[in-house]
Amino acid sequence: MSTGKMHFEYQVEGGNFSAAGFPSSQVKKTLKQLNVDGNVIRRTVVALYEAEVNIVAHAYNGIISVDIDTEKITILLKDEGPGIADIKKAMEIGYSTATPEVREMGFGAGMGLSNMKTNADHLNITSEVGKGTIVEIINYFHQ
Amino acid sequence: MESQTHAQFHHALKFREDICIGCSHCMNICPTEAIRVGHGKAQLLANRCVDCGECYRVCPVGAIIVEQDDFENIYNFTTRIALIPSVFTGQFPDSVDSGAILAAVQELGFTHVFEVEEGVEFLNERFNEYLLQHKPIKPLISPFCPAVVRLIQVKFPTLVRNIILLKAPVDITALHARKTLTDQGIDPSEIGIFYVTPCAAKIVAVKSPVGEEKSVIDGVINMNYLYNKIFKILRQNKGKSEIPAFFPLSGKSVCWSLTHGEADHMKQGPSLAIDEINNVIEFLEKVENEEIDGIDFLELRACDESCAGGILCPGNRFMTVDKLRKRALKSDSIRGSYPAEFQGKIGIANDFLHHNISLGEVHPRSMMKLDDNMAEAMIKMKRIYDLNHMLPQVDCGICGSPSCKSLAEDVVQHEASIKQCIFIQKILEQNDKMDIQESVLIMKSIWSDNKLDQNSLKDEITIPLLQAGEEFTNQGKK
Ligand SMILES: Nc1ncnc2c1ncn2[C@@H]1O[C@H](COP(=O)(O)OP(=O)(O)OP(=O)(O)O)[C@@H](O)[C@H]1O
Ligand code: SF4
Ligand SMILES: [Mg+2]
Repeated sequence: MSTGKMHFEYQVEGGNFSAAGFPSSQVKKTLKQLNVDGNVIRRTVVALYEAEVNIVAHAYNGIISVDIDTEKITILLKDEGPGIADIKKAMEIGYSTATPEVREMGFGAGMGLSNMKTNADHLNITSEVGKGTIVEIINYFHQ
Repeated sequence: MESQTHAQFHHALKFREDICIGCSHCMNICPTEAIRVGHGKAQLLANRCVDCGECYRVCPVGAIIVEQDDFENIYNFTTRIALIPSVFTGQFPDSVDSGAILAAVQELGFTHVFEVEEGVEFLNERFNEYLLQHKPIKPLISPFCPAVVRLIQVKFPTLVRNIILLKAPVDITALHARKTLTDQGIDPSEIGIFYVTPCAAKIVAVKSPVGEEKSVIDGVINMNYLYNKIFKILRQNKGKSEIPAFFPLSGKSVCWSLTHGEADHMKQGPSLAIDEINNVIEFLEKVENEEIDGIDFLELRACDESCAGGILCPGNRFMTVDKLRKRALKSDSIRGSYPAEFQGKIGIANDFLHHNISLGEVHPRSMMKLDDNMAEAMIKMKRIYDLNHMLPQVDCGICGSPSCKSLAEDVVQHEASIKQCIFIQKILEQNDKMDIQESVLIMKSIWSDNKLDQNSLKDEITIPLLQAGEEFTNQGKK
């Protein structure tokens, strides 16, 4: 591993809400040890958590890869799932296709994607219906 | 890079080397991993300590002491004010009236006695206003317990902005007392305010306040010290029939420092009360991960049963809670019969206090960061990860660090050697990379010569080599 760079990967299992939150908690710990500004840590944790929960709630399984260098954190979430037909619509506050079971878990307000947008410096979503979704989040340490 | 400027971290807990037996109980209990053992003594890492006092509770020999001001200091002032927290009145039997306790404190040498919680009704109003004004930040965290404030500074730096920047009841009452007496024409330099503290954290809050230049309080008196003196006076006064004139606190005020004392009175939204420092840490982890939703106000206290469980409270914490709840009920039932304007009562509106209640910014002082330089921190993190994987994860503490992980951190920060791990020593010995002399020297450097003195076993005790089927007893072979 070259200096000044770090890489982590996490598996995400669709439907497993009780395990959700582990990657954001680990990323938080790492960023704290790197003395990253508290505000950046908070935004990153929120964005990552929402993106992870979307895989748990809406897809079958996924992989989160996290890359950290001295400038920024780049998070890539790739899932196998139904995909999103209309990304623009999905981004709208309140839009949700969450099942009653997911709503029972306290999710499905249709806030996740917009929350991600406000907490990411850079958010890029690509999706193929019937295959899956790729979410890229980048946050910079020094504004 | 490693050397933090330790001088800036004042602590009320002091470790007495002459008494410490190097047993490591304190190291193992410390919730912020702020203690190591070296040269047979507990060593405090000042930048990590939050003065919660957990170490003080477990020390078997009383080697950890709580600093206190000389009581005679009160006589440096002609006007001597004692600030008594209601938990102090909860240390005595139900039969002793709280007024009699306060009168006994005055008799001890004070000119005025105020109850700390006199400022509570005023503060509660300000809290509710503050919660309304700071709605977007959730949850807002009470600044009441200084150990919690420091815990957030060192371990949860991202939550520093959630701390409510308002002073504690003791500061409000102190400000009010000073103002009242100054207004009566007393020279301010002649007024000395002394706070009777249930814990070390509150001492630190007075001696090196967070979010303030200097405390309005001039000195502290440890509660266990005062308890003995007051107990004696109360015994002498038994049978005296003067009724001391103290305006009874509201029930809310009496119970403010107990668990739920604050949370039950925040009107602006859902609140939660959590006590005991490990519970607090567990919950703050979740708050930091943004996993907690729908809580506007958090009351967090480092001690189990909050201040009733303060390390300087001589009484049993459950009994204290019970007594205070009874006092609160009684208090509420008789308050109506007292004249409204009575000694020391602080109204809900008070312009002077209004202008002086705010705290300055609270700054994070993270113990988590591995290095100020991020690239350097990444290298260290990688090394810690690798070293930790070589260690057995037994967390036995024999290396002098509280866990395998913390030894790995100490090694990378040049505070320890990986050879301090007893398992690593055994592995090296098997590979002829370490001899017994070296391992003994290392163990002595951690635990002192006398714990490893080869002549320390009594002659009559011979350590037997066990044969198969034999039983070992401390008398030798059976
Ligand atoms: N990874 C994904 N795979 C498939 N569909 C997704 C994915 N992420 C989001 N969506 C779709 O976008 C919609 C909006 O997502 P968003 O996160 O904003 O709200 P939500 O997940 O439904 O509710 P909330 O996040 O507030 O709990 C989802 O209901 C879902 O239809
Ligand atoms: S809970 Fe009360 S007694 Fe315990 S540390 Fe906090 S302020 Fe002190
Ligand atoms: Mg969502």
